[in-house]
Amino acid sequence: MKGWNFEELHETPSQTGGPYVHIGLLPKQAGIDVFENNFNNDLVKNNPQGQRIRLEGQVFDGIGVPLRDVLVEIWQADANGIYPSQADFQDKVADVNFHGWGRTGADFKTGIWHFDTIKPGTVPGRKASTQAPHINLIIFARGINTGLNTRVYFEDESKANANDPVLNSIEWEPRRQTLIAKREERDGEVIYRFDIYIQGDKETVFLDI
Amino acid sequence: MSQILWGAYAQRNTDDHPPAYAPGYKTSVLRSPKNALIAIGETVSEVTAPHFSADQFGPKDNDLILNCAKEGLPVGERVIVHGYVRDQFGRPVKNALLEVWQANASGRYRHPNDQYVGSLDPNFGGCGRMMTDENGFYIFRTIKPGPYPWRNRINEWRPAHIHFSLIADGWAQRLISQFYFEGDTLIDSCPILKTIPSEEQRRALIALEDKSNFIEADSRCYRFDITLRGRRATYFENELH
Repeated sequence: MKGWNFEELHETPSQTGGPYVHIGLLPKQAGIDVFENNFNNDLVKNNPQGQRIRLEGQVFDGIGVPLRDVLVEIWQADANGIYPSQADFQDKVADVNFHGWGRTGADFKTGIWHFDTIKPGTVPGRKASTQAPHINLIIFARGINTGLNTRVYFEDESKANANDPVLNSIEWEPRRQTLIAKREERDGEVIYRFDIYIQGDKETVFLDI
Repeated sequence: MSQILWGAYAQRNTDDHPPAYAPGYKTSVLRSPKNALIAIGETVSEVTAPHFSADQFGPKDNDLILNCAKEGLPVGERVIVHGYVRDQFGRPVKNALLEVWQANASGRYRHPNDQYVGSLDPNFGGCGRMMTDENGFYIFRTIKPGPYPWRNRINEWRPAHIHFSLIADGWAQRLISQFYFEGDTLIDSCPILKTIPSEEQRRALIALEDKSNFIEADSRCYRFDITLRGRRATYFENELH
């Protein structure tokens, strides 16, 4: 039947990032001093508008052990809900001091990762709906064959979360809670704790985006 | 139809990728979700992505032969790797960030957790990065990595490979993978490569010897093209908006 199918190019297949993913994506964590400008987990360095928050957590495997070699990236809108991307179609100017993207590795000993960022604004959903504030997050690691996509929502946005089209598209209501970060204050700093469970009873919802 | 209105990215064909749970690659057993992924309709969050500019990068960022050389040149086979990044509809992917990392000629990584007896090279780091140009073209220079042993089964060996990562126009295109070198016999026995279900897709990760682009008395050359997901255009209702 092959000859009868319309053929287009196939996406290059994914492979695991492996245990040494830091060499290429976070060379400083691997002890390599090669680039003048290094990517990192500080999204507030240029002083963008918005409320400062710290997003932190751990990633756990199927028996509850934290992954100490995981790489985490986030992508989010600015405080007004505009993405600093040419592909944002909202006809509004994004905060020029906000890049919207960051990358970090879990600590080699504790498995804890964090980002310093701002709380994003609401962004439009499909068909003129509104999405609750959220941060897009992806993890790569040894043993993970294709990067796992998820979203981080905020526990103090319960009204917006209740109307969020993506959360509401998860038919198993108890699973929606796995995407909601817990708020705490530590020395005046606002922390959102977001633990990711790759497998098992508390398994985080992962998305095919 | 003066201006194209872009819709969503075409859905990822999961048959073209490894499954999350692949028991032959043992680490995947406890690091793969039990639940099925939940597919969502794309929004502005999935079709946007960060922008990087070439002036953030140093002049040797794509030259792994020189970017960590201290007292001399690294040991090993001098190779140039080049190719094009396109989307599945054949359009060039411009200004994408391509990052690469690899072992040295001995198969040894410059990483605190690599204890393989193969020797470190004081003049080789093993990472580089570049942006694709207006045609989707990229090029970098390196030392061909050696194969290396790892503990999956006890006598497992990776083929020579270079890891790569792409951040392009949409978050949905985010991709990390590895490419291999034409003719390496370890390609047929690698459990990581075998997680990919089809022969055609496994072959899509093999860089080909590009003989006419060898540089005499200097470097050999490999050609490797990359395909990312592509967006459909919308001519009727645009549900993204």
